Amino acid sequence: MHLSTLAQLSTALESKQISSEELTRLYLDRCNQFNDSLNCFITINKDIALAQAKSADKQRAAGNALALTGIPIAQKDIFCTKGIKTSCGSKMLDNFIAPYDATVIEKMNLAGMVNIGKTNMDEFAMGSSNETSFYGPVRNPWDKDTVPGGSSGGSASAVAARLSPAATGTDTGGSIRQPASLCGITGLKPTYGRVSRYGMIAFASSLDQGGPMTQTAEDAALMMNVIAGFDERDSTSAEHPVDDYTANLNESIEGLKIGLPKEYFGAGLDSNIAKIVEDGIKELEKLGAVCKEIELPNTQLSIPAYYVVAPAECSSNLSRFDGVRFGYRCEDPKDLSDLYCRSRGEGFGKEVKRRIMIGAYVLSAGYYDAYYLKAQQIRHLIRDDFQNAFKNVDVIAGPTATGTAFKLNEKINDPISMYLSDIYTVSVNLAGLPAISVPAGFSNKLPVGMQLIGNYFEESRLLNIAHRFQQATDHHKAIPGGFE
Amino acid sequence: MEWETVIGLEIHAQLATKSKIFSGAATTYGAEPNTQACAVDLGLPGVLPVINKEVISKAIKFGLAIEAEIPPKSVFARKNYFYPDLPKGYQISQFELPIVSTGHIDIQLEDGSTKRVGVTRAHLEEDAGKSMHEGFGGFTGIDLNRAGTPLLEIVSEPDMRNAKEAVAYMKKIHSLVRYLEICDGNMQEGSFRCDANVSVRPKGQNEFGTRAELKNINSFRFVEQAINIEVERQIDILEDGGKVIQETRLYDPNKNETRSMRSKEEANDYRYFPDPDLLPVEIENSFIEEIRTQLPELPDAKKHRFINEFKLSEYDSTVLTAQKEMSDYFEACVKAADGEAKLSSNWITGELAAALNKENKDIADSPVSAEMLGGMVKRIKDDTISGKIAKQVFEAMWNGEGDSDSIIESKGLKQVTDTGAIEKLVDDVIANSPSQVELYQAAPDDKKGKLIGYFVGQIMKQSQGKANPKQVNELLSKKLKS
Repeated sequence: MHLSTLAQLSTALESKQISSEELTRLYLDRCNQFNDSLNCFITINKDIALAQAKSADKQRAAGNALALTGIPIAQKDIFCTKGIKTSCGSKMLDNFIAPYDATVIEKMNLAGMVNIGKTNMDEFAMGSSNETSFYGPVRNPWDKDTVPGGSSGGSASAVAARLSPAATGTDTGGSIRQPASLCGITGLKPTYGRVSRYGMIAFASSLDQGGPMTQTAEDAALMMNVIAGFDERDSTSAEHPVDDYTANLNESIEGLKIGLPKEYFGAGLDSNIAKIVEDGIKELEKLGAVCKEIELPNTQLSIPAYYVVAPAECSSNLSRFDGVRFGYRCEDPKDLSDLYCRSRGEGFGKEVKRRIMIGAYVLSAGYYDAYYLKAQQIRHLIRDDFQNAFKNVDVIAGPTATGTAFKLNEKINDPISMYLSDIYTVSVNLAGLPAISVPAGFSNKLPVGMQLIGNYFEESRLLNIAHRFQQATDHHKAIPGGFE
Repeated sequence: MEWETVIGLEIHAQLATKSKIFSGAATTYGAEPNTQACAVDLGLPGVLPVINKEVISKAIKFGLAIEAEIPPKSVFARKNYFYPDLPKGYQISQFELPIVSTGHIDIQLEDGSTKRVGVTRAHLEEDAGKSMHEGFGGFTGIDLNRAGTPLLEIVSEPDMRNAKEAVAYMKKIHSLVRYLEICDGNMQEGSFRCDANVSVRPKGQNEFGTRAELKNINSFRFVEQAINIEVERQIDILEDGGKVIQETRLYDPNKNETRSMRSKEEANDYRYFPDPDLLPVEIENSFIEEIRTQLPELPDAKKHRFINEFKLSEYDSTVLTAQKEMSDYFEACVKAADGEAKLSSNWITGELAAALNKENKDIADSPVSAEMLGGMVKRIKDDTISGKIAKQVFEAMWNGEGDSDSIIESKGLKQVTDTGAIEKLVDDVIANSPSQVELYQAAPDDKKGKLIGYFVGQIMKQSQGKANPKQVNELLSKKLKS
């Protein structure tokens, strides 16, 4: 049963093969069994989950069940959950019990889903390896000496090891797609504004976007049906009509025009990965898609632009963690300045402090124009690149990450190389576009993801292509050894 | 050397909305600490601001009233600094693209002339909370009820040249925001306060001197005192060959001095940038026009109407229109007085204003309503009572003894206009004052007016003030001639 997708579990619950309580106990047992070795959960919500499961069973008995009612889900610890510790992977919020639910959580609760736990993550979502977490690194179930990617590393690892049938993630520069790629699961970053950011602890407000991390595209569609939509509490959420994301999953992709950016297949890409992604694209061609090479000429500017915009916003977003009202406060502050310096100095980890300092610097008087303003201009160029490309193609395909899962500690002391590994994902956030990573094969026994990028609000199309791809391939069905 | 003062004001007007600028929490003043602060006001992790649309229309209303340009797009920006009563570590304000662009207002100077003062901009922002340094055993208490209260910051050009002009400007803005009903103007509660930028320069010099910013002054009197004392301080420094340093200073009304808070070197770099949590505010012309139709008659327009319609002096009209409540009172009074404007104006700006002032009351709380005062003015006008008797009537009304007609009736204050009765009084006084009569008759014509006062006084005394003074005068001059 634990190998089932959301779609299969939904059927199993509906046909009374299993109750939500039984299902929840099954996953809680797996969490307890494997979390010590994987470290993908910061909090396992046994009591709350069982209470939610029981109430879901009642709901189903009363005939009011929705598609995902009673199905367990793991929530990235960046989403505020009422009455449950919400740490954001930081010592700063180790003592923070959120007094309210994020919109995404509220919607899942309304859908009757069972919150089995809060997943580990890079501190404040800053990292690509899950090694910056205050709660220690997460292990990749495919090889426990490697990282799961980040920042949604706990969610990716948990879904890959089937400790949870699905999870939520957030993606600011690739934090859903890159760990999905490294852990062999499906991860969708929706269009900016498609999923409410209310209650999702902000890293970089203009880039952050929550989304599903699942075994299949079909499951991602089921989750999108629950979490997508306008939220009046989030001014940047889109008042754009919401699709039924499962409706077009099976549509033919005959004649689909796929753009292959030459910048995504050049130097810097591992040749094995290039081969696997090319094979994946050939698979799409077999399904009737037509490929053509395109150019995204400003791709090389995306990393520097991203590492100006994201730190700038984070330096301001993280100012509220000051030891005054909630979160970590240093012992015996001697005055106000001491309270600030030590609470923040002791409460934040190294990577977070690095980005706050970069951000404060690029916003400073005298540097603002040269950095922040320039980065915003580059953002326009990148957006224009994509818009020009979408005049000729329907979607863009390429690799998700430059390599497979790397060894723990391999890159943590080399932030620049860590930053550069985000090259295929960050430009999508800068442009605000939707993109999905789907398992496309293995290189040296480690999963490789293929990325599909769509135009604004074309999540349905991306899910349709990914679903057709998964109907034709088995990469997404592979289970890491020891977790079968 | 002769010095010239240059002053610019930044006025913070709290917009009168039920809920805060970016959250649904109430803005009511004086609630128990931290009972009007929701998750958004507390800056909890994950919360987001949502603009209260009411503040947009209120700001635009102000912009239209000062004939300012309303740009089609305005942007909220974050002003980053750390302070315990600033929950998010930044204040949401406006920087590069404020909601209201350049405008102006006209102020009345003491010599009666009018001066135009430029308004550089007006922008929306949220207020911070309050730090309380006493009563917490050496700790600081934080009350976040005020955090997120909407403010309109109105920035003037450095157009004022002395403290009196600055006060006149501040009063004019105060009057305007209350006319527009966008701010309650309550200065004790901090709903209307200002920062004054003050510098001096040798008269005739074009460049401005180095300025000091006097922070958070919350009364008209303190603005005047603070500016005057600061100007004195700066001139003393310059005349001693020193240099004024650019800094923020605080005015202490108890000691009547300004004190340095922080110098420019210590000043924060606020690292402003557009708030990514809020979309730019786009304002359509049709929306501006709709708000224009809602504008009330503004003080200047009303003043000119009073001059034309009621034939009042410019001075009286200015006084009567400075406060909306005052002008409303006046118009209601005139209506009740069958159109008698001049007398109404005199009574309002004279007796009523003095009585209100004495008991420190607002005109809205006057025990004598506009209708009551108008009713009394009508009785003066139709000679039922004299102006002198009216003072007694007014006092009785003030003390809650009823309206003017019932007071006149019950106290028997009706003027004696019966010629026979008055003639008898006149005859009696003349008969009893032979020496004064002699004196009067011997006096040259230009002295006679003064001497007749004795007889009038005697008669008014006899009649307890009720004899019609006009009739008394006429009869007296006639009888004394013979």
